[in-house]
Amino acid sequence: MENREIEPLESSMVHGVSRRTFLQYCATLASLMALPSSAGVAFSKALSSVSRPPVIWLSFQDCGGCTESLIRSNVPTLEDLLFNSLSLEYHQAFQISAGIATEAARKDVVQKNWGKYLLIVDGSIPMKEEGVYSTTAGVSHYDLLMEMAKGAAAVIAMGTCAVSGGLSRAYPNPTGATAISRLIKDKPVINLPGCPPIPVVMTGVLIYYLTFGAFPELDALGRPKAFYGETVHDRCYRRPFYEQGKFAKSFDDEGARQGWCLFELGCKGHITHNACSTKKWNGAVSFPIESGHGCLGCSEPGFLDTGSFYRALSLPEKPIGHAVNALMAGAMVGGSMFMTNRGFKMVAAHTHLPSCVADLEKESGG
Amino acid sequence: MSEFQWLSWIRGVGLQSAVAIFCMGIVWRTMEIYTLGRKLDIAEPRRISGASGWHTIYRRFLAPLGMIHLDPVTYIGGYVFHLGLLIVFFLSEPHIHLIRELIGLSWPALPPSMIDIVTIVTLITMIVVLVDRVRKPLKRFLSGFGDYVLWVITFLPVLSGYLTVHHLLLPYTILLALHMISVEVLLIVFPFTKLFHAVTVWPSRWFNGNTNARKGVPV
Repeated sequence: MENREIEPLESSMVHGVSRRTFLQYCATLASLMALPSSAGVAFSKALSSVSRPPVIWLSFQDCGGCTESLIRSNVPTLEDLLFNSLSLEYHQAFQISAGIATEAARKDVVQKNWGKYLLIVDGSIPMKEEGVYSTTAGVSHYDLLMEMAKGAAAVIAMGTCAVSGGLSRAYPNPTGATAISRLIKDKPVINLPGCPPIPVVMTGVLIYYLTFGAFPELDALGRPKAFYGETVHDRCYRRPFYEQGKFAKSFDDEGARQGWCLFELGCKGHITHNACSTKKWNGAVSFPIESGHGCLGCSEPGFLDTGSFYRALSLPEKPIGHAVNALMAGAMVGGSMFMTNRGFKMVAAHTHLPSCVADLEKESGG
Repeated sequence: MSEFQWLSWIRGVGLQSAVAIFCMGIVWRTMEIYTLGRKLDIAEPRRISGASGWHTIYRRFLAPLGMIHLDPVTYIGGYVFHLGLLIVFFLSEPHIHLIRELIGLSWPALPPSMIDIVTIVTLITMIVVLVDRVRKPLKRFLSGFGDYVLWVITFLPVLSGYLTVHHLLLPYTILLALHMISVEVLLIVFPFTKLFHAVTVWPSRWFNGNTNARKGVPV
């Protein structure tokens, strides 16, 4: 049989997707990532390729929401991506029922694909007490990460927990939760923050890597600029109301019903770099602001330690409760200064020597 | 530390500390100044002071006759930028929101476009006043390094506020952080520098008017 490359059309037909839908998807993805139209063709070829890069997915200290989010990816679907384009060799959540046998499979995959596999990590690494707070098969997640990262081609930190510590790193950070990029220094690490990340962001980056063998352009925090280059506010459909100074004052007032800006209700869209307002969620149906709730800033590091979700950015993070104490302290200092000055005046009065005309005449030599 | 975390510190610990120093400084300096006292005037008053104190406050609020023509930059510029600062601070929506948060009082805000115009006029006027200060030998002679520093400290919150609202030049996170930190610097230095004139100017004028009247020079 002739060994030839499968054409995109054939591949898509095999997967039950029409040629038009398949090419539309590739072109849309290229557009979403601000790539030239030729990238769409490259994507379609890469997705049709028989070569399926091995992927190992490690879940550490997290809630599992990132995996849930990826499952919600509509184009391509998770199963399409993972079973037709990638080769998911290990995923704790999907293989949990296999027990200890999965660990043997993992080691086998690492050995066979040394230096080639893509390591996807969700969740942070607990560093306190030698990592005892989070383990798999008796191995601390720190040890597991370092072992797996050695043979990886690249590492993808998926979700805010992996990118910056997320929920588990929130004050007082009892487990010493640490971001992946702080631990792995000798491999390329790409950060896809979000709680969870937008499904199309995850799949978009994976397909880009499949196609070009490298990550897209990153910002200073290691995030792909194509998805994290702008803030949620930049492309928010409520932005015109912000420009007009029209703000909802409560979640059920007339302004909220009219779709006015949610800035005063604590929306963090101004300072949150993510693609929610353009890529949206649930098959691009909506996103939190469109549903009437302000952005929480979940893709920014430390977002859980920045005060209430419902306090406007123009306000202090927490109510200023010590103003009265400061006033009292000021009164005490002022009182002390009064007493000190009074003391100086009394000393001056006691040491004052009266002078008479004769003294003045003496001084002037008269 | 990322921009987000930097902003978080400025909105949190930074702002709390600045407000505390401001409150403490205001009470401290007010008490210190007004408890210094004056020597008891045992002379019989030439006349009853009446409303001379209040009248002096009003009269010195106005420009002396002919001075507007003689030195328009000082007088008109002074009125414009002081009024501009008051309008921008007290009548813009985010500031009213902050005041409502702090003391529970609020009032209607001016439309953002009006605030924009006032802000730009204030900024331009402040620059003109500064240039005039540098160009005129007498003003230059009377100005010390601290005066120029205070000009910068007053100017930056207005400029950064305008840039923040309009998302100009830098990312919003950095702009908001710069705006807040410039305000924090202003709050911290306010009670301990010439900016404290905002508090002392009215009692001082009243005192001078009242004393002059006692000495026989009512106004």
